[in-house]
Amino acid sequence: MSLLSSSVMRKFAMALSGLFLVVFLAQHFVINITSVLAPEVFNQWSHFMGTNGLVQGVLQPVLIFGVVFHFIMGFVLEIQNRKARAVRYVQYKGGASASWASRNMIISGAVVLAFLGLHFYDFWWPEIMHKYIESHPEDPTRYYAETVHKFENPVRVGLYATAFVLLALHLWHGFSSSFQSVGFNNKYATGLKGFTKFFAVFIPLGFLFIALYHHLNPIAH
Amino acid sequence: MKLTLKIWRQKNAQDKGRMVTYPIDGIDGDMSFLEMLDVLNNDLVSRGEEPVVFDHDCREGICGSCSLQINGEPHGPDRLITTCQLHMRKFNDGDTIVIEPFRAKAFPVIKDLMVDRSAFDRIQQAGGFISVNTSGNTIDANAIPIPKSDADSAFNAAACIGCGACVAACKNASAMLFTSAKVSQYALLPQGRVEATQRVLNMVEQMDKEGFGNCTNTGACEIECPKGISLENIARLNRELLSAQLKG
Repeated sequence: MSLLSSSVMRKFAMALSGLFLVVFLAQHFVINITSVLAPEVFNQWSHFMGTNGLVQGVLQPVLIFGVVFHFIMGFVLEIQNRKARAVRYVQYKGGASASWASRNMIISGAVVLAFLGLHFYDFWWPEIMHKYIESHPEDPTRYYAETVHKFENPVRVGLYATAFVLLALHLWHGFSSSFQSVGFNNKYATGLKGFTKFFAVFIPLGFLFIALYHHLNPIAH
Repeated sequence: MKLTLKIWRQKNAQDKGRMVTYPIDGIDGDMSFLEMLDVLNNDLVSRGEEPVVFDHDCREGICGSCSLQINGEPHGPDRLITTCQLHMRKFNDGDTIVIEPFRAKAFPVIKDLMVDRSAFDRIQQAGGFISVNTSGNTIDANAIPIPKSDADSAFNAAACIGCGACVAACKNASAMLFTSAKVSQYALLPQGRVEATQRVLNMVEQMDKEGFGNCTNTGACEIECPKGISLENIARLNRELLSAQLKG
């Protein structure tokens, strides 16, 4: 069996890429929360992340690969799973035995993917333009103001808030499920599951708080 | 009790099939679900119509033959029972009951509510056994010390009756709970360790060949399983397969 030809190994790969993205999400949150707590630290860290060779040359491509792999696999698995039940039930009570979040990972995942498109348009693409196309000189103090400015638009804040809710649902099932997929099921599993549920709520809520905070506390021009 | 039954009727594997409505009267609460279908079939035969075909054998929750999707759930609304153990007192006078076959590409409908579950047999044949010399030198299994917790877990996994409710309940029509139970019942015992690597590789390969979907850990299989087979078995299968892959 080649690695991804087995359904179990596909699930394993899906779990590993998901766990990698969870680590990235935690790191992203830690940096973002400094924009509320200490703007000068936010500027320092953002400048480091945006200019460090290892982050830009190695971690960023690995992250993009992780995201692309996770969503392509997600869609491939969804198509395979739909084919596995070609004739649907007339009546199917999926909610009687499984949570909405676990049954609709493709929906929450697709919303998070659409959000990533918006997020890249908002932050990643302007950054690429600034640094590599327009070739502006380095300015380690610009990040905080640029970030806060983005959250002046209530429509953008609304879209971000919606995505964070769906992200929470995606993590609610996905994070704990990834440990089951890699075969982790021992006496620590219950505690770990509790932590994953806490993370699934806390991190998206934290991102939502940051967006709302900057929306309600714009920088005076 | 007076009921309205909406039953899937399909002449053969090639027929497209359709839901047919049957009003039924005189159903006693103490009848089992299958006895209620027997009453319906008696009525149909007396009217010169084709009886509804459905699987059944022991009618005491052991054989795993009965396999109906009742009101959207395999084996009906109760937990830890098979269709034959479901009683009509669980329904109310005037209820409409929707009865369908277990749906999965790997479980093609043979006729009406009867599906072909031989895919499970082929998964079992791919590795769900231990090779024992039976030429007269067989060692008594009880002579090998086994930790009680392992023996209990293996026994719990072996309680799977292969009814297919896990596949029917899963939104992906995945057979992971069944396969993992069959892998686990041997993986936990010293007699099963000898062929553990090849067993898990062969059984998962056969499971995939049959066209079952991928497991996404929704947990519906565990909830709907009439024998309470645990998701722990799926985690064990994942570990076994990963270990087998690493061994090459």
